[in-house]
Amino acid sequence: MYQLNKVDKKFPGVHALKSVDFTIGRGEIVGLVGENGAGKSTLMKVIYGAYQPDGGTITIGGKTVRFQNPRQAMDHGIGMVFQEQSLITNLTVAENIFLGFEQQFVRWGVIDWKAMNAAARRQLAKVRLDIDPATVTSKLSFAQRQLVELAKVLTLEERIDGDLVILLDEPTSVLAREEVELLFRLVRELTSRASFIFVSHRMDEVLELSDRIYVMKDGAVVDVVAQDAAEVEAIQRKMVGRDIDKEYYREQKQKPYDPSKVLLSFDRVSLEGRYEDISFDLHAGEVLCLVGTEGAGREAILRTVFGLERPTSGRVSVKGAPYARTNAQEAVARGVGYVPRERKVEGIVNGMTVYENMTLSQMKKYSSGGILRIAEERALAEEWIRRLSIKTPDVHKDCGGLSGGNQQKVVLAKWRSGGSDIILLDHPTRGLDIGAKEDVYDMIREMSDAGAGIVLVADTLEEAIGLSHTILVLRDGVARKRFDMAPGDKPSLYDLVHHMI
Amino acid sequence: MATLQSTTTVTTRARPRAAISRDALLKWAPLLVLLVLCAIFTLMEPRFLSIRNFARILIAASPALMVAVGVTFIIIMGSIDLSMEGTVSVCAVAFAFCFLWLGGTLASWAWLAIPFAMLVGGLLGFVNGLIHVRLKIPSFMASLAMGFVGTGLAMVMTGGDRIRIEDELFRSLLTERILGFPLMVYVAGLFLLLGWFIQTRTTLGRNFYAVGGGEDLAVASGLNVARVRVLGYTLAGVFFAVGALLAVGRIGIAETATGNNFMFISITAVVVGGTALWGGIGGVWNTLVGVLIVFVIDNGMVVIGLPGYVQDGVLGILVILAVILSTDRKSISFVK
Repeated sequence: MYQLNKVDKKFPGVHALKSVDFTIGRGEIVGLVGENGAGKSTLMKVIYGAYQPDGGTITIGGKTVRFQNPRQAMDHGIGMVFQEQSLITNLTVAENIFLGFEQQFVRWGVIDWKAMNAAARRQLAKVRLDIDPATVTSKLSFAQRQLVELAKVLTLEERIDGDLVILLDEPTSVLAREEVELLFRLVRELTSRASFIFVSHRMDEVLELSDRIYVMKDGAVVDVVAQDAAEVEAIQRKMVGRDIDKEYYREQKQKPYDPSKVLLSFDRVSLEGRYEDISFDLHAGEVLCLVGTEGAGREAILRTVFGLERPTSGRVSVKGAPYARTNAQEAVARGVGYVPRERKVEGIVNGMTVYENMTLSQMKKYSSGGILRIAEERALAEEWIRRLSIKTPDVHKDCGGLSGGNQQKVVLAKWRSGGSDIILLDHPTRGLDIGAKEDVYDMIREMSDAGAGIVLVADTLEEAIGLSHTILVLRDGVARKRFDMAPGDKPSLYDLVHHMI
Repeated sequence: MATLQSTTTVTTRARPRAAISRDALLKWAPLLVLLVLCAIFTLMEPRFLSIRNFARILIAASPALMVAVGVTFIIIMGSIDLSMEGTVSVCAVAFAFCFLWLGGTLASWAWLAIPFAMLVGGLLGFVNGLIHVRLKIPSFMASLAMGFVGTGLAMVMTGGDRIRIEDELFRSLLTERILGFPLMVYVAGLFLLLGWFIQTRTTLGRNFYAVGGGEDLAVASGLNVARVRVLGYTLAGVFFAVGALLAVGRIGIAETATGNNFMFISITAVVVGGTALWGGIGGVWNTLVGVLIVFVIDNGMVVIGLPGYVQDGVLGILVILAVILSTDRKSISFVK
């Protein structure tokens, strides 16, 4: 019924979808699994019209369609239930359900609220939710909101003729076990009205619910398995399956760390709602990699180290002593450097020059009495441009105009030149091309040779395995397993995935 | 079901080049506008282009320039300061009282009234900044309220009276001329250079740009953003005080009304000069050009004999044009 034929999507530097074929029949539930970055979300965006494919065709009932935006996709019966809930919390349930489609209730220019609420009640009945449609959305539980979203998407049923395809993006991530079961029962019932595409990182749930499962890796569909033939282990192997190129991750350059020198230590640290009871030591020269799915607590741990979150219990010590005040200034003063995931938001200041960005965290060293010594700043920047071969015409270039890889180098230069020796890297290679990635790997090796400790959240599992001395596998905020990664004797991807999901 | 065919996929190629010329346009547009305005007024009335008339423009512009330079720093941070009218009034009145009380002439200890007024300005700015940062009140509301408090305070201090400053030495700001321009123009020039120095050469100036360009990033680089903000408002307060001193020097009177009109003129000047309202872009030279545009229009309209209300309309249109030019609408999805 709904079909993608050889759909291709490219972004600068990334081939996000490689000739993907995808079909879904009437009343079918199709699962979609893959690692972070395998192309699941790009595929979904193509399906619900947020992205336009560069190649290939989309057909519905044999006719070729092309969506300019999600609204057009909706007009063809494709609805999306978002992972981050998209309800507007200060509006009522009914207003949310009919947001953008109020016209049907307008009489002489005013909205007939009674009619709207009655219609909303009919939608809510479809998802067996017995609440007053005039309730303000913020008063609902997360599970109820999820159902309201579903009800909202189901309004398509009345609006269009033809079949419905509903995408569910990680719908269970905020739900308790019994709520999940309720949702699944409901989805199965609703297959009489619509087909579903179900995306989740919880393999057991995908297996339980889906009729067929698409396995994605590196932007391509690597396998399609029917439910009765599906095995968790086989799917996991397909999700990761590729031999690691040891050369690529500079594994031969990995040197043992100095176990006598502890830079950072977590002692049974918890942050409510994010992670629990995490303990580890980071040593000089060690690359410690946090592995887990999105939301497993990796980023929250980094933010705790950087003083942006205050742990609810446990003890964090940096070079032997806890923070006196939990904030980023204190962390920077103690030698912690943070390379966040969103370079554009938190990595570099757009509009400031290369040298201004490099000294941003250490202006005190380049000023006397509040007056900057700009010549020294420039000299520093020139030195690091040479050391990291940053491609920029000169130190005065606006950092926002550099390529992603070079921006990343500027951020790393900022922390290294300031003498930071605990470096937190959150997806440092995301969105970089191969050459730039290799530069980043070299830099990581150099930093650990120089005695810095690195906490890494890697972009892919291969990267994590290739680069790290130690891996901590997290699942739902709990440390499941710790691996020592001696060069040449590293666990396989499959060993890790096994503990992740 | 209808087939939807794409028509808009290939039109985005030419953008990089357009972006470059847009940047250049943004950078030089204000100066261009200023030159075009001067040319038009000169064509319509040759007397416009004379030292005498330029001196007139600069005398009128000097106090506003100081206020505008002060608020420039705040706007670079992405905030706004609307307290200038109140602050200028309080500083002017405080200066006048202190000056008369200490002897009434610059030749005596009364010169101390000048640093005193700047101290008062800085203090008002400091309080303004604290209210904004500590109580987490949006800057426009905190500063607007502080401005009203200032106007009220000035009224209480003077009881509605005007205070005359007749000291010849102080009035030489206006009366003493070098190369045809009175001293106050040079004083304003010096403080403009000071502002430029702060903007480019001090950690504080750099921090303004960092906060305006990316506050999350400033935090993630270990900057004390709250401190930067409070210092920014304090600095702005000092510049408002200098503006107040020049305003008193210009007319020889300190009163509650001394601060009138500074809000509209200074914000207009900053925006017309090309400093972006969401922060991170611009500087004191932009502000100089902006202030000159405002006062050239003011003066030119009078010279060619147009009524004053036309001038307000022209200024309003210019502000809108400036904001349209300097806004990258592609990157902004919502405006509140």
